[in-house]
Amino acid sequence: MPESTSTSLHLAVALDGAGWHPAAWREPEARPEELFTARYWADLAAEAERGLLDLLTFEDGLSLQSDEPFAPDARTDRVRGRLDSVLVAARIAPLTRHIGLVPTAVVPYTEPFHLSKAVATLDFVSSGRAGLRVKISGRPDEAAHFGRRRAPDLTRSDVLAEELAEAADYVEVLRRLWDSWEDDAEIRDAATGRFVDRDKLHYIDFAGPRFRVRGPSITPRPPQGQPLVASLAHGPETFQLAGGSADLAFITPPDPDAARAALAAIRAAQHTAGRDAETVHVFADLAVFLDERPGAAADRLARLNGRAGAEYRGDARIFTGTAAELADLIEELAATGVTGFRLRPGALPYDLERITRDLVPELQRRGRFRTAYGASTLRGLLGLPRPANRYAPAATV
Amino acid sequence: MTDEARKPVKQIHLAAHFPGVNNTTVWSDPAAGSQIEFASFAHFARTAERAKFDFLFLAEGLRLREQNGRIYELDVVGRPDTFTVLAALAAVTDRLGLAGTINSTFNEPYEVARQFASLDHLSAGRSAWNVVTSWDAFTGENFRRGGFLREEDRYARARQFLEASWQLFDSWRGDELRADRASGAFLGDPDAGRFAHRSDEFDIAGRFDVPRSPQGRPVIFQAGDSDQGREFAAASADAIFSRHGTLTAGQAFYADVKGRLARYERQWDELKILPAVTFALGDTDAEAHERAALIRRQQVGGQTAIRLLEQVWNRDLSDLDPDGPLPAQDPLLGEHTVAQGRASVRMNRDPLAVAREWRQIAEAKRLSVRELIVEVTGRQSFIGTPARVAEEMNRFVQQDASDGFILAPHLTPTGLDEFADKVVPLLQERGVFRTEYRGTTLRDHLGLAPR
Repeated sequence: MPESTSTSLHLAVALDGAGWHPAAWREPEARPEELFTARYWADLAAEAERGLLDLLTFEDGLSLQSDEPFAPDARTDRVRGRLDSVLVAARIAPLTRHIGLVPTAVVPYTEPFHLSKAVATLDFVSSGRAGLRVKISGRPDEAAHFGRRRAPDLTRSDVLAEELAEAADYVEVLRRLWDSWEDDAEIRDAATGRFVDRDKLHYIDFAGPRFRVRGPSITPRPPQGQPLVASLAHGPETFQLAGGSADLAFITPPDPDAARAALAAIRAAQHTAGRDAETVHVFADLAVFLDERPGAAADRLARLNGRAGAEYRGDARIFTGTAAELADLIEELAATGVTGFRLRPGALPYDLERITRDLVPELQRRGRFRTAYGASTLRGLLGLPRPANRYAPAATV
Repeated sequence: MTDEARKPVKQIHLAAHFPGVNNTTVWSDPAAGSQIEFASFAHFARTAERAKFDFLFLAEGLRLREQNGRIYELDVVGRPDTFTVLAALAAVTDRLGLAGTINSTFNEPYEVARQFASLDHLSAGRSAWNVVTSWDAFTGENFRRGGFLREEDRYARARQFLEASWQLFDSWRGDELRADRASGAFLGDPDAGRFAHRSDEFDIAGRFDVPRSPQGRPVIFQAGDSDQGREFAAASADAIFSRHGTLTAGQAFYADVKGRLARYERQWDELKILPAVTFALGDTDAEAHERAALIRRQQVGGQTAIRLLEQVWNRDLSDLDPDGPLPAQDPLLGEHTVAQGRASVRMNRDPLAVAREWRQIAEAKRLSVRELIVEVTGRQSFIGTPARVAEEMNRFVQQDASDGFILAPHLTPTGLDEFADKVVPLLQERGVFRTEYRGTTLRDHLGLAPR
């Protein structure tokens, strides 16, 4: 049974290294020596699952992290290095039972055929809890890692526009490949000696400016049919991708008016794409620093900023305060129509534990969050149906 | 005899090949389970680990096979993404090596290197990479690069791909991570991960983003059999997945490839040779042979026999009677058009010679098409009581036909169980197979030095 009650909110947590604050790895609870071990990620996932969260996202990229948005840096005082996020999610999948796992794919340098079967496989190994966030790059250093040359006269906004268009094509290919096997394609018919019915396997024949993909996938249709597709939406062009292609958008509103504007833009893009009948979730991103005592979180952020030598800024609004204060903000933003929140813990595992042990009970007391998992798939947790296969003949009633 | 006695006893290495998408996997058996559910992979891996195997092995195929222009229906179809399922298996095993076949044509070094380095971290040092080459435009239709790699360039690309990957793995020495809270130094080197690789196939530079993994580099497998392939293996591989399963062919291959090592200043035991083999067990040898024959008939039904014959004849033979004689006409020469997406078809270098040989066998033994295909397409099989199989396997290894075996059972997921329960203890009794894992990494299991 899919869960859905009108007052219930969805909660995601975004995992990245030792937390989103650049000095988080120096905190006493931090485990910076373990960032490249399975145990670290498994422990975080277990904590998130204890808190009944909907899903985890895993940040990723095809370059070392950098304080510069579009170029490498030579800093040694920040977390540098990371593991492939699809593999981290797969490593965690057999150790968890309910929580959604949403790794990241960098569109311009990866193969949609490979990512489609990777996420389908993540869906199999997690019994229906897989998703994928598609991300554009815009980074010349990532291009150089793949030997790509870019026309020198392209502006940054040209590049981003091109990559966003490619991202829409990429998602289209992912989705067609997931549907390229009908659910009952495997027949194991001893009488005719056939393992599959080839009439239920479909060429997808996608042709776009950056790639052509013939299909079908080598991996059968995954348990959810269509694993969840997510994208970050923090500007007009990205609203288009979210409304046109995604099941879940992460927006970064500084205030309720901005949330309303982003929602309107995404709904408009959804309408233009002919997707009015589909549910597109919109979660607001917040970077969170949580403590029990009023003022303590702000003090902690100030201390972290001091250690980092710079004030922490990100694309998402930064919250410091108590769980009750965060619950207030969440309820205020929820009134705009956003359907959930993706929280970026300032420090790990500390702020994740404050979310699962303090914020979640607070939201439960207010009747705004589940008290038990009510579905076994990620789509189920988000109230999304298992979609019909685009290639299957319409079911006769 | 005295030579044998003086020679140190070799330890056998064993690997488990998850049953794949060839006709050798019998899906029609009532005991056959899912080819895609994770429970099947987990059962197979746990059995291999319970039996103290060196590693689990996954093959690769990046396009569904076709014959006569249509998707091939008679064999298992469908498989998971290799990296993803291996990472998940790392969660349900502790020591078993995890080997994946990954193509050097339809991938890029930066991404593959970070996937293997990540798998190595997430499995605490158990990853292995079977490097394969491919050039067919048929598979290329699923990928950005399409199919424009010339056949003769494939080893150059594979070698350069591997060299680029090694540069990426080695771009972190292993001492850069400080994570020193007091001083604020996370990295000890602002240049960690710096690399640049320029060759005919790749021109890449920048910084690799995965710190050095427990094994440094994953264990490298090579599977090609051509002169170029053997040289590539002698220069670069840690192990060979070989096809030479008979004792004499195995010994010749073993001597040839190991003999090439000195050219690269490598020792005899730095390259393991592991042929793919099958097995059939029984309480008596006669019973085992009956079971083996039954399995072969399950693997080669009448339709399958015709399709396998078409792969050599390069003609549509749909009208042929599988219980009758071979076709009168010879194979069609020129471009192979009947079957696509099969490495075995690409290796049929001289179809006329194969046809001639098969005709001779069929005539001499009075075999129908199906009986002939059963006879000529079987892989080396160890057949007999567990004691006989253990003895034969050990003889194979001690007489330098191989360093061990990659076992390819015919049943998913339980095909390895009987071997684990009955043969492994006998090998252990003989003192030629481990009773406990001594190390934690796959390099430890294979007796390979860290790289």
